[in-house]
Amino acid sequence: MPLSREEVLHIALLARLGLTPEDVSRFQEQLSQIVDYFEVLKEVDTEGVSPTFYPLPLENILREDEPSPSMPREKILSNAPRQEDWCFKVKAILE
Amino acid sequence: MELYYLSIGEASELLRRREVSSEELTRAVLARIEELEPRLRAFVTVTPELALEQARRADRRLREGDAPPLCGIPAAVKDNICTQGVRTTCSSRMLENFVPPYDATVIERLFREGMVMVGKTNMDEFAMGSSTENSAFFPTRNPWDLSRVPGGSSGGSAAAVAAGEAVYALGSDTGGSIRQPASFCGVVGLKPTYGLVSRFGLVAFASSLDQIGPITRRVYDCALVLNAIAGPDPRDSTSAPRPVPDYTAALIPEIKGMRLGVPKEYFPEGLQPEVRDVLLKAIAKLEELGAEVDWELSLPHTKYALAAYYIVAPSEASANLARYDGVKYGFSFTKGESMWDDMENTRRLGFGAEVKRRIMLGTYALSAGYYDAYYLKALKVRTLIREELEEAFQKYHALLTPTSPTVAFALGEKVFDPLQMYLSDVFTIPVNMAGIPGISVPAGMADSLPVGLQILGPAFGEETILRLAYTYEQATAWHTLRPAL
Repeated sequence: MPLSREEVLHIALLARLGLTPEDVSRFQEQLSQIVDYFEVLKEVDTEGVSPTFYPLPLENILREDEPSPSMPREKILSNAPRQEDWCFKVKAILE
Repeated sequence: MELYYLSIGEASELLRRREVSSEELTRAVLARIEELEPRLRAFVTVTPELALEQARRADRRLREGDAPPLCGIPAAVKDNICTQGVRTTCSSRMLENFVPPYDATVIERLFREGMVMVGKTNMDEFAMGSSTENSAFFPTRNPWDLSRVPGGSSGGSAAAVAAGEAVYALGSDTGGSIRQPASFCGVVGLKPTYGLVSRFGLVAFASSLDQIGPITRRVYDCALVLNAIAGPDPRDSTSAPRPVPDYTAALIPEIKGMRLGVPKEYFPEGLQPEVRDVLLKAIAKLEELGAEVDWELSLPHTKYALAAYYIVAPSEASANLARYDGVKYGFSFTKGESMWDDMENTRRLGFGAEVKRRIMLGTYALSAGYYDAYYLKALKVRTLIREELEEAFQKYHALLTPTSPTVAFALGEKVFDPLQMYLSDVFTIPVNMAGIPGISVPAGMADSLPVGLQILGPAFGEETILRLAYTYEQATAWHTLRPAL
């Protein structure tokens, strides 16, 4: 299989996705199958071809630096799972 | 005819002549929703009080005269489009109780036109899926056969429109999520050119592919809704800075001399024979109406579009869904040992299997050592797909294809094989990759299930594809068929 168990665990860590041991096995199999399918792209000669990040040829969309009212704090915090003193509250990030 | 099956055009006329009020029309639609929802489950949230309030406001405006064509018409909105004060879940446990503090641009625009919103529709979770079976809440059923899927990810919106639970609906399309359910449910679905409709307020899945578009029972209705939602938006820097025409003005049923290409790769061996038959008849009809059809067109890079898409879309999704961390909104697990513990469990419990699968695929494709081989490679293949289509539009006004290789499949038939499920989007995906517009129109029935004809146009060629769709519609009767609910 293209993906090892360690790789699956590594990807899950990068994506901050908690996985159960059953999840790891299942995803290892399914992701390997899909990644195998990606091999077909090797058939395409992309020498000298530039990548299309966005279909529209737009660049550097600018506007005047004019301040305008921001969303009120009550609205921003209206869905907050935990808040304190107008801040979102989480467990300590740094030990 | 029942009020709930009126087209926007018909309803608008009756409202203008005061033969019916928006409140009456809205009550008829709400009653239809109440009657069908136990069997259909197209809605995550129905908003009857809000709808009636909006209907009464619309009636006041209609009495004053000079109300826009969408004023007072009941509509449904896919649940990944933010509606201020109204729960917007993306059919995910992650956002089950999320109430947006703002309206999406398309919603602001439609409310300004007097839209009456009857509810938020069910979808595949975070728009990832082709059957609406990936909804974290419940699947929606196909109004034509309740044992079958309505398609996805805008399955709720398509089913609602087909069944008369809304006069029109909004969907979103990243790999076919408007067009494929429209085809499965026998309605009209349009994915606009990338950048035509603002994505501000659309919960992002894949930022270079996503577009919001109309799902309606008539092509004229589709043009009316597009008029209201299209146009540049300073809050979406990927929206195209160009003026928008009146799309209804393009609806002239005259296509003599138009050159239409049928790409060989879209009529492969594996195409369901009944679907092939419907498409052949539909294309013959267009020839009868005066178009010149060329069957010799080949788009050799078509077969790589699926693989490229399933790298690009999940990669972008892995970035867009990184925000769901239980900190600012949404589901939040707080019984962990550390902040990271909380975050990992929030995402483990809040996301469904398909969403996790795609986040993992995307994270893998973007990770060090794989970025060049996968993501960058896929984007280069994307360029070739786009250029191939652009070249085709030098020769042809539009292209014709089936929308889907099959009719609506049975619930549960494809859920265990992700790759099989992905194949249902093989004809719709290249369109998003290239950023061009595509519309699916009802073109017939196979085994008593709807089949859609897909019409593709060059970038900003909505007028061309709408005209073709309209001409075809007016010369056939598929749009008059209704499911036997």
